[in-house]
Amino acid sequence: MKFFRSHVLVSIDPQCLEMGAREIVDALNTELADWGLADEVQILETSRIGDPARFGPDLVVYPENVHYANLTVDDIPFLVEEHFLKGRVVEKFRAQETLIVDEELGAPKAKEVRVVLRNCGKIDPHNIEEYIAEDGYRALANVLTGMTPEEVIDEVMRSGLRGRGGAGFPAARKWQLCRQVPDNPKYLTCNADEGDPGAFMNRRVLESDPHSVIEGMIIAAYAIGASMGYIYCRAEYPIAVANLNIAIEQAREFGLLGENIFGTDFSFDLEVRMGAGAFVCGEETALIASIEGKRGEPRPRPPFPAVKGVWGKPTNNNNVETYAVVPQILLRGADWYASMGTEKSKGTKTFAIAGDVVHTGLIEVPFGLSLREVIFDVGGGIKDGKKFKAIQTGGPMGGCLVEEHLDLPLDYEALTAAGSMMGSGGLIIMDDETCMVDIARFFMEFTQEESCGKCTPCRVGTRRILDLLEKICNGKGTLADIDQLELLCDEVMKNSLCGLGQGAPNPVVSTLKHFREEYIAHVVDKKCPAKVCRALIRYEITPACTGCMVCARNCPVEAISGEKRQMHVIDDKTCIRCGICAQVCNFSSVAVLS
Amino acid sequence: MAEAVVATPEIYENKQVLLDEIIATHRSRPGAMMVILNEIQKRVGYVSEPMQRYVAGKLRVPVSAVHGVVTFYSFFTTQPRGKHTLKFCMGTACYVGGVPQLMEKAKQLTGTDIGRTTPDGQLTMEVCRCVGACSQAPVVTVDEEVVGKIKPNKFQQLIKKLLEK
Repeated sequence: MKFFRSHVLVSIDPQCLEMGAREIVDALNTELADWGLADEVQILETSRIGDPARFGPDLVVYPENVHYANLTVDDIPFLVEEHFLKGRVVEKFRAQETLIVDEELGAPKAKEVRVVLRNCGKIDPHNIEEYIAEDGYRALANVLTGMTPEEVIDEVMRSGLRGRGGAGFPAARKWQLCRQVPDNPKYLTCNADEGDPGAFMNRRVLESDPHSVIEGMIIAAYAIGASMGYIYCRAEYPIAVANLNIAIEQAREFGLLGENIFGTDFSFDLEVRMGAGAFVCGEETALIASIEGKRGEPRPRPPFPAVKGVWGKPTNNNNVETYAVVPQILLRGADWYASMGTEKSKGTKTFAIAGDVVHTGLIEVPFGLSLREVIFDVGGGIKDGKKFKAIQTGGPMGGCLVEEHLDLPLDYEALTAAGSMMGSGGLIIMDDETCMVDIARFFMEFTQEESCGKCTPCRVGTRRILDLLEKICNGKGTLADIDQLELLCDEVMKNSLCGLGQGAPNPVVSTLKHFREEYIAHVVDKKCPAKVCRALIRYEITPACTGCMVCARNCPVEAISGEKRQMHVIDDKTCIRCGICAQVCNFSSVAVLS
Repeated sequence: MAEAVVATPEIYENKQVLLDEIIATHRSRPGAMMVILNEIQKRVGYVSEPMQRYVAGKLRVPVSAVHGVVTFYSFFTTQPRGKHTLKFCMGTACYVGGVPQLMEKAKQLTGTDIGRTTPDGQLTMEVCRCVGACSQAPVVTVDEEVVGKIKPNKFQQLIKKLLEK
């Protein structure tokens, strides 16, 4: 391995690329070569370091751990000369704020603990040696040379690790069940079909630290006695697929995959299988069907995959995050892991915060933090000084929680008891300008389209629920429709075959529970209190208008008229309620009325 | 790194040669059908009905089995696509963040509905599921690249660029 004095990690996140990250990498290479430093400083391209909206194109220099942000190509010659030639940190280019994730980069948010995300943005995902340098594959070596499969299962059991895919079934218990089935060969699958809108924690791990998932899978395979594994990755994540394939190839070269791993008689190999855009494939029996090359339709359980899975053989399926945490548990001990979290939910969990908060992005916190701490301390509160209205947890099959739930601890039991669920960890925060009926309709539209069509309650039920919600949003609903909705939701939840149908009505049920008055406003008063539902609102230009004509130019249907420097008028009949005028107006003079 | 993931549909005079090559490479793998169809979609750009029949014949499975898989997954298309593909992310954050308005704008600028290809074969527009870039909402993807935080005026330039031959 070639040694470098310094390593420069440059973010080539798509947004940084758009802001000139590629030119910055080129400039760095040119400048370093000019000073004869090309052999001393290594440039590595990595995924996002900080939020590009705040940090612009950025890079981090190791071992000094200096984060330079908002760089332009013109800054590079000075930066290279000062930092790499003269060894002086250039304070004026340093990031002014600290990052949300990446505890190594400046002060972390006090409440974060990074286990799964520990290497993200820090190591080159294309180089196995960097992973090994961070204690990578050490847990595997310990396991294969000094532990029996039962001891591995015991240790993971003691750590309290629960499946991170959503249901929260104890991981070691699942392994044990699969191990006990007297049928061979056994298979291992990794669910990397992260389909929930608003969730992207698995993508980050797969792209930035694929080896941690691979190592976790090899350990699990040893514990179960599996000989072959599949990582089922969704087709929407091409970089994850590419990085996984590179990582698997390197692990094979190092003898960490294949025959006789670490010179023991344990053999295991891995393959990446790509999905093709079907949300239901995140359900484990559908995922297995898809790996087998069939339509990704779920089937009734039992038999559970632990008994009959891929090719009808015993199969253990876990989520990306579950596998990624396994090496750390074996390296640092079950007690260390179990010391974090709540009584029944141990360890840490990654969450993707999105929606109307100041700091969107990934976080990793111990279970048990309150929703309030996550939204207001880690997430920085609601954007633009607006008011918190609701938070959707658990993805499209989860539920929404409101103000009164803010002090609930984030763990599996508390969320389920409140009528939502943990799911894979997407948190979508909504401010008071969000219409909850419209949100329910949106989630229903998603699940209705993603319903695979195999069982009738889900195929027809989700469609009917959506029809009713659309009727209500269009101002044509009646009070009877609300009763009908509740009845339908109940039936679909009870009678559907898999988790998709069973969970699909959740957003409707939870919004009906907490925001019934909004539904009533839609059907009785024919008003949308949040001013979102198009059929129930209209736009009007107020006297604050300066006649700048920006709205008229941007209107897609030319519904706005008016002379220059004169107040403009919207023709209500032509207006399609797209809201672009309100977005582009620099004087906040477009009012929405309901 | 980027080269490895860009899926440029290769244009072959004789697609059969390419199909034969793809099928021969992957047919021995268990569960080969998805792998083969994914590869065809990536390299040819679509999986037409004649191609489905051809694959079925080669794999000795009923055409219905291949057709069933192709129509089940949203990534497979049965028709050739435009030179560029513009996908509108309909994840929650993007939906809330204004993608529906961008779609209206796109329809107006191209005169083509979402889900269609412009008559000159230049641009295909579609909606897609969450691409996992929620913090940058509203997001569209241009071919394989994610473009986030789109403002209406920036978007107009983007469409114009895509329509240029």
